[in-house]
Amino acid sequence: MSAPSNPVPKIRIRNLCKRFGSNVVLDGVDLDIATGESVVVIGGSGSGKSVLLKCILGLLEPDDGIIEVDGLSAIGLGAGEREAVNRKFGMLFQSAALFDSLKVWENVAFGLIQGGRMDRIQAREIAFAKLADVGLKAEVGELWPAELSGGMKKRVGLARAIATTPEIVFFDEPTTGLDPIMSDVINDLIAKCVRELGATALSITHDMASARKISDRIAMLYKGRIVWNGPTAEIDRSGNDYVDQFIHGRAEGPIRMEVRAP
Amino acid sequence: MNPLRPIGAAFLRFLEATGRLSEFTAVAVSHCVRPPFYFRLLLRQMIEIGYYSLPVVGLTTLFTGMVLALQSYTGFSRFSAQGALPYVVVLSMTRELAPVLAGLMVAGRIGAAMAAEIGTMRVTEQIDALATLSTNPHKYLIAPRLIAGLTMLPLLVLVGDVIGVFGGYVISIYKLGFNPGIYLKSTWQHLEFMDVFSGVVKAAVFGFIVALMGCYNGYHSRGGAQGVGAATTNAVVSASIMILISNYIITELFFAK
Repeated sequence: MSAPSNPVPKIRIRNLCKRFGSNVVLDGVDLDIATGESVVVIGGSGSGKSVLLKCILGLLEPDDGIIEVDGLSAIGLGAGEREAVNRKFGMLFQSAALFDSLKVWENVAFGLIQGGRMDRIQAREIAFAKLADVGLKAEVGELWPAELSGGMKKRVGLARAIATTPEIVFFDEPTTGLDPIMSDVINDLIAKCVRELGATALSITHDMASARKISDRIAMLYKGRIVWNGPTAEIDRSGNDYVDQFIHGRAEGPIRMEVRAP
Repeated sequence: MNPLRPIGAAFLRFLEATGRLSEFTAVAVSHCVRPPFYFRLLLRQMIEIGYYSLPVVGLTTLFTGMVLALQSYTGFSRFSAQGALPYVVVLSMTRELAPVLAGLMVAGRIGAAMAAEIGTMRVTEQIDALATLSTNPHKYLIAPRLIAGLTMLPLLVLVGDVIGVFGGYVISIYKLGFNPGIYLKSTWQHLEFMDVFSGVVKAAVFGFIVALMGCYNGYHSRGGAQGVGAATTNAVVSASIMILISNYIITELFFAK
């Protein structure tokens, strides 16, 4: 993954706040992601990782703060402007979110045909090439999503995310629900695809093996704030009690799970 | 506690829901008339609503026409007015029964299916995926369904009119002893353009309502299977109620003296 060189961050987030009723999910998040950089946001379940991604994608409207993509605000955009910004993005969803009513190759080609207005025949060829990139045979392209295993769905989701050659790729819990070997296969594919695209990547996960493998930098989100942010190589000597507890998976520490005793 | 508080809260919830539905409708309708158009999806929805609803609408109107002939004959024979039977059958079918029954049957069949499909897409993040692929969910999912509902139900009702009148004809000829030629002539003579036209207008409104409520409830479903189930129920119930209310309003507009 290339070192950042552009002084304007690809994504710039300042004081991002989002609450649902009285539940404050994001409480002043600050984060910069440089062009070509791969950042992973770690944090426990319910810490606001997915909400952070959805705010950047425009799926949720923040209550306060700044989100900039290539130096331009990405908040409060009209439908046309939002579609233009989203053309820069590719996204691998936690559940893959494949369209049930479309065949696998149509899922992969969707962004090219609907978003990019590409001819179906040409889009089909690209879709099969992307499926090959993620290690799937051509026959898989003619299957329906319901016929795929969890690992295959993730691969198809990855192929769909990179099919439009996006500048920025988001990965939402890319290894959740997969066995360790398949997780490693997906991690390798993510690292390979991001490297080949030269894309900026933002991933969220609580799988430390995945975070170490696919990131240049890791940020930890706790109670709606970034409590640590640094190079992946330094996470084991972060000196941050929250990070230490999280990466070692200890029950004891400053992070208290909100679990009621029976 | 102030006893007016729950009433006020319920009223505010009603206003909020009305506002959300109005906004959803305005956005969806605006996407129906602005390019790009998804003709492939529109055709699929037209086949789903129009062609695949034919058996259920046909059966409903056939038996309704048959029952109508039997019941009307029983009633009219008390006043020696059996001759009015063809007129009553064709008037009832075209103005009221075919559009309302077809609307309710399609609400059960198509409204529920739309809510379930879109609701499942919502809870499995497929609608979010559409947005990240630079595709507007209103344009891609909602607009084709609204246009298909608006255009297909009138066609279904026209077919239902014919089948319903045929049902009345079969009973009148083979069970009640009417003369076939006189029955058909009487039906045709008394039928006016406005009878059929009002039914078609009703059908277009009902088709729009069914598609709108199916899409709206599915689009706003939350949670998992339970949320999708609730959205499906709400889609059918709300569409059915709105069909009955709008039926009265349209009838008033067309035929009130």
